[in-house]
Parts: sequence; structure tokens; C-alpha cells
Amino acid sequence: MTNIPGLNTSKLKQDLLPVVAFLIVGATWEIAAKFSGWSPAVFPSPRQAGIGMWELIINGALLKHSVASLFRVTLGFYLAVLLAIPLGIILGWWKTGQLAFNSLIQFLRPISPLAWIPLAVLWFGIGDKPAIFLIFLSSFFPLLVSAITAVNHINPLYFQVAANFRFTKYETATMIIFPAILPGILPALRISLGIAWLVVVAAEMIAVKSGLGYLILDSRNALRMDYVMDAMIAIGVIGILLDKVISQLTRIKSVSWGSM
Amino acid sequence: MGHVVIKSLTKSYVERRAAKRQANSDPPVGKGAVFEVLTPIDLEFWDGELVCILGPSGCGKTTLIRIIAGFESLTSGTLFIDGKEVDGPSPDNIFVFQHNGLLPWFTVWENVLLGIRNLNDKAQVKTRAQEYIDIVNLTGFENYYPHQLSGGMQRRAEIARALVVNPEVLFMDEPFAGLDFLTRLKMREEIINMHEFIRKTILFITHDIEEALVMADRIVVFSDRPANIRMNIKLDFPHPRDFHVDSELEKLRREVYQELGVHYAL
Repeated sequence: MTNIPGLNTSKLKQDLLPVVAFLIVGATWEIAAKFSGWSPAVFPSPRQAGIGMWELIINGALLKHSVASLFRVTLGFYLAVLLAIPLGIILGWWKTGQLAFNSLIQFLRPISPLAWIPLAVLWFGIGDKPAIFLIFLSSFFPLLVSAITAVNHINPLYFQVAANFRFTKYETATMIIFPAILPGILPALRISLGIAWLVVVAAEMIAVKSGLGYLILDSRNALRMDYVMDAMIAIGVIGILLDKVISQLTRIKSVSWGSM
Repeated sequence: MGHVVIKSLTKSYVERRAAKRQANSDPPVGKGAVFEVLTPIDLEFWDGELVCILGPSGCGKTTLIRIIAGFESLTSGTLFIDGKEVDGPSPDNIFVFQHNGLLPWFTVWENVLLGIRNLNDKAQVKTRAQEYIDIVNLTGFENYYPHQLSGGMQRRAEIARALVVNPEVLFMDEPFAGLDFLTRLKMREEIINMHEFIRKTILFITHDIEEALVMADRIVVFSDRPANIRMNIKLDFPHPRDFHVDSELEKLRREVYQELGVHYAL
């Protein structure tokens, strides 16, 4: 799963230890729920959350809301990737443009995507669009900044090779710059996908009637704290899966040179 | 072809900003100070010659061959290759870099194809790439990525990439830097054999006097900066060359060392 430097243990141990951690937390949760003195409606036990989870799976709500959230994240994230990386290549390459736009980017970057919620709803109305816009914003700036930085750090030797073999501008962009920055932007892809997944929950609490964020909000209104917890569990599980998918990218052969 | 004619070539930099006092013995240079790298240099490299360029570190030999290859501009003088004035990098003059210049995201095969990617006859492209991969003894390693190869193999792949475009002049700036001693010796032999075979003009920068004397058809020895030519000697010794057998060669070796300021530790 995760490779922790300096840790050499057997495969079985590697698979078992995380399960043990989950079990300990589950047991603590069970005990806490039992002795907290709060009613199960306020603090459901793992068993009640499990039953709730089963209900949500059976009636299809969990699947429906997960798909809705994933759809928004995927779309917003792809949009951000498709715009931020080419733009990052251009700005990294074209130093005058970089000088001109860098301050603007640094100014926009720390503004939380959540601060855009009022404007997003006003501009895009109710529905998928404002949520996708917020996810786009959350991923766009980290990706743009890391692409620009990665271009700035390309070994100048490669541009001399390009000059020596008379690469066109297009060839330099596709055969030098893009492959050269890939290892550098993979961590940013991974982090920004994580942020996108964080933001989608918040975005779904405002303008839509589907998604895991909406499920949390709706369950709270119905005082179903077990469903709230189930949605949180689903968010965690899907978060792990998304991270697994994107970390597979580092295994592509033409990218693996970056980790040498 | 590959006939290089250099007439009263000079190179100097104008300092863009006032430099802090530097660690070496150079006096501090102010903004606008002119920094002379090459004093007027006249040189001629003949077609098919393997020329080794020797000189102290930082004397400007790299600057000179970067100018000849078109990567840097000259300040004054003229520079012609085969009667054409040099005006920028070109596939006619391929540079093999001091550090690994292979593109790490491409395989050996893809790297070798870079210089001939625009040829129309794809079958011919394949035959030619294979031919040069075979020449540098990398047959079987076509689909390896550079980081999967040893340092010597990386250098050989880069040489194949350079040769496949059929350049007029091949530039090698300390191509064996960073290789272990034994690999270096083997690479010398391979360059000698390869040069026998292809007979291209090769301008080869090295710090290693023995290396130069073993390989070169001619050696050019530069002084410290601003660089001027201290020795320019044609070597007619047959290959393989052995300092212990050939007393003339041994004598020359001592002369070169002395010219570079080493008198006893030979």
C-alpha cells in the first residue's frame, strides 16, 4: 500500500497492521458510543452505522450519491488539468509572461475555493456547474504553480539538445517540456485531486441535491447521524481509491526516470 | 566534409552586474567590465581529423567549441565550416555533452531517432538507427531507458544519436567525465575504432593528457584564460600507441605536461 522508508517487514505484516489500526479505532468507537451517555441518535455505534450503511447500499442511495460526487470531481479535476498544465508550460517557457502573471497567480492562489461559493452560485445557479467550478478552482492553482515551477527546473541541457536537432516549438513543447515536467507535476496531481475531493463535499452542501456532501447535509436534517457517518466513511474509502489510481501514474515507464 | 576554419576569433563577456569578490584569484569585476575569454585564435581543423583540445580548467576551451557548434556567439573574427559561416546550432554539428544529454523519458531507440525523425523513408530510418546502435555496441538495448544503462553505455548511446544524423563535425566536451577509470580506457578504444570507421571531424575536449595523446590525430593545447594556443601538434604515431614503447610519444607527453605547468610529478 504505502511504502514507508526504513520499514522492512513481511508482506503479511504489511497487510495486517493497517487492519489492526482500523479495528482498534472501531473498538474505541464502540466503547465510546456505549459509555458516552448520548443517545444513539446523537452518537451511533459502529453497529448502527453498519446497519445504516446496509440500508443505504440496498436502496441505492450510497451508489447514487457517490457517483454524483465522483462525476463532479472528475469533470472539475480534468478541466483543471487540461487548462493548468498547458498554461503552466506556456508561462514556464515564456519568461515575460511569467513575470507578468506570477503575482496575479500568487494573489489568487491563497483564496480558498470556498470563498468563491457565493459568486459561483450567483453565476452558475443551482446544479452541477457551481460545484464543478469550485473543484476546478481548487485544483487549478496548485497544478498551474507546480507546472510553472517544473518547467523552470528543466535541465537546460535538454533545450540545447532540442536546438541541436532543430526541434520546432511544438516539438520542444511535446517532446522536451511535457515529458520533462511529468515527474515533477505528479505529486501536484495527487495533492490537488485530494483537495478536489475535500472541496466537493463542501460544494455539495450548498447548491445541489445529490452527492455525498448533500447526503451528509440531508441526513443531518433528518437527524440520521448514522447516515452522516456512513457518508463520511464512503468519502474516506473513495479518497483512498482515488489516491491509489493516481499514484499508479508514477509506474509509467517513461515517467519512472524522475524517481531515479 | 567537416573542414573548420577559424580566423582571429575572440570572445569576451560584458559583466552585467558588479560581481562580489570571487573565491578564486580573479580581481573583482565591476558592472560593464569586459571579461576576455578567448584572445584572437586562428585554427584550422581538417576533414576527418580527431582533434583533442587540452587546457587548464576554465581556460575557455568549452566556450570555443560551443561557439564552433553554434551554441554561443563570437565577439569578433570569422568562423566557417565547409565554407559556410556558422549561425546557430545545426544537425550538421552535433554536440555530445559533458553530462548525459540523452533525453531520459525516451528509450535508446527513441533517442537515436531524434535526429532523423523527419526523414520520409521510414524503413531507411529504421535501418540507419539500427546500424549506428550496432556500431556503438548497444545491440539489444534499444528499448532500455537511459537510467537503466551504465554510464559508458549512456555515452555510447549519445554517440550513436550524434552519428546517425551524419554530421560534418562531432563535438565532445569531456564525454568521459564521470566514468570510472576502466570504462574510460575502453571508451577511448571505442572512439579510436569508431573514428577509423566513420572518419568524421571530431573536436574532443579533455583534461587527460594521456587520453589526448593516445587518441588524437592532432592536439591543441590552450593556455590559461584568456585562452591562446600554446601547442598545435599533428600526431603521426600509429595506433595502438604505447608510451613505454614509443620514446617520441613519451617525450611529447612530458612536453605537454610542462607546457601545462607540471614539471616533476610525471
